[in-house]
Amino acid sequence: MTATTMPAVATYALRLGDDSLVLAQRLGGWIADAPQLEEDVALGNIALDLMGQARTLLTYAGQVEGAGRTEDDLAFLRDERDFLNLHIVERPNEDFAVTIARQLFFSTWQLAMHQRLVESVDETLAGVAGKAVKEVDYHRDHATQWVLRLGDGTEESHRRMQAGLERMWPYVAEMFVVDDLELALASDCVAADVSTLRPEWDAYVDSVLAEATLARPDDGWTPPAGGRRGLHTEALGYLLAEMQHLHRSHPGATW
Amino acid sequence: MTPTPTPAATPTPVAGSEQPRCLAHANSDTTAGAGVEPEGAAGDERARAAYAAAASVLDPEVPVLTIADLGVLRVVTLEGGRVGDRDGDQPTVTVTVTPTYSGCPAMEAIEADVETAVRAAGFDRVVVRRVLSPAWTTDWMTEDGRRKLVDYGIAPPSARTSGRTPAATYGPVLVSLSVRCPQCGSPDTRELSGFGSTACKALWQCVACREPFDHFKAI
Repeated sequence: MTATTMPAVATYALRLGDDSLVLAQRLGGWIADAPQLEEDVALGNIALDLMGQARTLLTYAGQVEGAGRTEDDLAFLRDERDFLNLHIVERPNEDFAVTIARQLFFSTWQLAMHQRLVESVDETLAGVAGKAVKEVDYHRDHATQWVLRLGDGTEESHRRMQAGLERMWPYVAEMFVVDDLELALASDCVAADVSTLRPEWDAYVDSVLAEATLARPDDGWTPPAGGRRGLHTEALGYLLAEMQHLHRSHPGATW
Repeated sequence: MTPTPTPAATPTPVAGSEQPRCLAHANSDTTAGAGVEPEGAAGDERARAAYAAAASVLDPEVPVLTIADLGVLRVVTLEGGRVGDRDGDQPTVTVTVTPTYSGCPAMEAIEADVETAVRAAGFDRVVVRRVLSPAWTTDWMTEDGRRKLVDYGIAPPSARTSGRTPAATYGPVLVSLSVRCPQCGSPDTRELSGFGSTACKALWQCVACREPFDHFKAI
């Protein structure tokens, strides 16, 4: 069953679950490779929170779909075109400042989104959001502290932090795009309408950038929004190949 | 396989209006329902035994705390069966637990340990249910648990504030309470990292005795 024929709530849970899963996989790439040991631990912990959100959301998507797919089936046996995450989470880590720019942009969005989702009439989505708001608050704070330190640090750290912002900026717009599926779920009080989050997001991000002596990037080229429909950048395929390889090569393997 | 989290609380749908702004963020406190009493602990001796067995399970990551100390154990209930029936008509014990963090890797070990402990107390039918809502908060940690943490060398969670202090907002400066060093007791300490050796801890250092220590994050 492809995402387009799934019940709307299952598709929505899969979208949010894929955001968390893919970013968890990306952040895991920093473990033992971050600028300092505390950062290995911090990014690993953030990834763990995201993985926890993903497990509940993918399990729920499988249940609502009703075709017997488990969280593992959905995480490891779907191909690139069936993943419904935003482009921003699949982009490569690159420089540490690029990763931190993504953390600021995505966690600010995710916090605002979950703050609304806690009121969802869907009990599972509201339950996930109730835990996520506490966790993502820490993720946003972590990113904020780094943006301040790097932006208002040395000439070199300022230059690289500004470059990190510019690198991730084209993928910001997609976070606020809604389609008919999410609009319908939002009017049923199930989903958060992300198109309403932009002013709040701008206010927070702008205040951090101002304090960090960084410039808000200009809106220039923006790739077409496609993540929610399974249209991805080249980076996702490589990420999935690494993430899914073990499960597919050794079906049924356990620890 | 993970048991399905089934939130216990029913969110109240906002009355419909012309403008579907039902999920407008209103700074609602999502931790309502804190301090649920273990219903099964009252009355019946069998229920008390089942509760005591579940409550004895230790957190594998902080093995001086029981899951009751942590507030991870929510409710224990007994249903069906007849007390003293030797023909196998056993009651079903349902133990409800809630994770500290979404991705807490200790949950599966805790659930397995709960089942083992309740079975060892003489109950053959055990169901361990995981709920996400209301979301766990460090406010549910018992006083006893806080003392055990200090003895173990971990600074207990402070009273919960409304989240991390936003660094880039203007207006009044929020004063945060100091975390006391669990080694020497000095309040002169600083945070090294907001994240530590497990999901629930942050890494701090005492300025007075120079020792690093874990702080149980308040959420």
